[in-house]
Amino acid sequence: MTQTIDTKTVKHVANLVRLGISEEEAQTFSGQFSSIIDYFNMLNEVDTENVVPASDIANAENVLREDVVKPSMDREEFLKNAPQSERGYVKVPTVLGDE
Amino acid sequence: MELSTLTIQEIHQLLITKKISSVELTQSMLNRIHDVDSKVKSYVTVTDEVALEQAKRADERIAKNESVTPLTGIPFAMKDCISTRNVKTTCSSKILENYVPQYNATVTNKLADAGAVLVGKTNMDEFGMGSSCENSAFFNTRNPWNLNHVPGGSSGGSAAAMSASLASFTIGEDTGGSVRMPAGFCNVTGIKPTYGRVSRYGLISLVSSFDCIGPMTRDVYDCATVLEHIAGHDEKDSTTYQSPVPNYTQHINKPINKLKLGIPKEYFVAGMEAGVESALQESIRQFEKLGMEIHEVSLPHTKYGLPVYYLLLFAEASSNLARFDGTRFGLSKSDNAKDVIDIYLQTRREGFDDEVKRRIMLGAYALSAGYYDAYYLKAQKVRTLLRRDFETALASCDLLLAPTCPTTAFKLGEKTNDPLAMYLSDIYVVATNPAGVPAMALPCGFSNDMPVGMQLIGKHLDEQTLFQVGHAYQQVTDWHKKLPNL
Repeated sequence: MTQTIDTKTVKHVANLVRLGISEEEAQTFSGQFSSIIDYFNMLNEVDTENVVPASDIANAENVLREDVVKPSMDREEFLKNAPQSERGYVKVPTVLGDE
Repeated sequence: MELSTLTIQEIHQLLITKKISSVELTQSMLNRIHDVDSKVKSYVTVTDEVALEQAKRADERIAKNESVTPLTGIPFAMKDCISTRNVKTTCSSKILENYVPQYNATVTNKLADAGAVLVGKTNMDEFGMGSSCENSAFFNTRNPWNLNHVPGGSSGGSAAAMSASLASFTIGEDTGGSVRMPAGFCNVTGIKPTYGRVSRYGLISLVSSFDCIGPMTRDVYDCATVLEHIAGHDEKDSTTYQSPVPNYTQHINKPINKLKLGIPKEYFVAGMEAGVESALQESIRQFEKLGMEIHEVSLPHTKYGLPVYYLLLFAEASSNLARFDGTRFGLSKSDNAKDVIDIYLQTRREGFDDEVKRRIMLGAYALSAGYYDAYYLKAQKVRTLLRRDFETALASCDLLLAPTCPTTAFKLGEKTNDPLAMYLSDIYVVATNPAGVPAMALPCGFSNDMPVGMQLIGKHLDEQTLFQVGHAYQQVTDWHKKLPNL
């Protein structure tokens, strides 16, 4: 049972994770993904009827605390790592297009 | 006296009896790093200035006998995925190559409070994605036992630095064997504690539900000492346990006879290197001589550990790594960007190497409409079964014994062209992370002149038993004392 992940699917998932890729890379990844996913399909052998999916690993209870205001990182300090900033804000190009 | 090869315990005695100062010790460690690390390449950043300043303060503490801990004045190195204020934290990725955090991880703060001395940050597979350290975007780290071989991964730099005596202890991080597998390859002791025992605050996340920070040390006693100082509840990480951290070292000599050691039959099958298997069999005899009861147990879903681990890793990582978008910190590529999406596409294309790209794309695939049930949800269900396997086996035994890897350290380049072959080297270490149980790796022999590691796997929050058994083993064996010639 071989499941092919074609270049169209590779480009689709690349777009979902906002990753620019070339045609050549899409080809390479397509081959690699097919063999990896094919191997993972062995999970189909496992009977999981009535098995609850795992959702937590350790502390199965909510952890609550008082909602109190505490000092957080200074704005100037935070912006030290921002590639572009202006008047105390992180600056990015247009988020919404004209259309 | 060769200070670099001493244990924390031995150095502590020299420091508190004023036979040496932390400044002298730290300077000699830094000199050794500058001399020897060009061969091993375990460090991404060496923090000479920070180290000497911290060493000076440690000496003041010792002089005044004020809040001196077993770690005061001890030089250590930290895996480069754990945040250090004003010290670059790169995850060995181009996307964070020049990133300097404005805050410390909780573990960093705890070690600073204990008076430990940071000498540098160690190399790793990019974002922890790899089993050989060859996925570092900067350079390959080499195995100190044979420089043509890999140190294992992803905490390859921390393992190699410890093995080459380039720190008195190191901190690693284990998402699916990343402390234990390289510890085995490099002949050092290292623990993946119970999930939630050590705070993840300030750790750059790979898989939030698997990630565990843990020490790598010369021996089990040191491992227990370091864990005592970094474990504990943290209000900044709600998955940390509230229960107090035991004084592991105080009870480390408790007798281990009559303890039940389980041998999972699924772990001792064809495919294991002959020298690895014989080293493991010899350690089983050793534990028997120490008075332990040996029982065969079964972990029936073992073969599914690898797909469960990787599918959940891909899914969580694709979500965790969404934060690297070139707008708030890290690399930013915006050549002629017409909108913000363009920045994302360009930055992530240039900032991530192939293994990271593969994994976040496969994660999006496993989570996407039409495949979610078949992959992500199915993996979470089988994860429940994996966890039950460990619960059942550990209900009849106190702890389990397993290899850390089917082979010794392989050659550089041997598996880089076949991602699936590389994944398969993790077969013995991955299942513990989806189950959350603690596991400690320790040296147990050699095969073709390369170190062999074994792991002891315990019950939730029962690191104590692992330390007792590991310590007893190291009292009657000297594998952990063997050092590479560099």
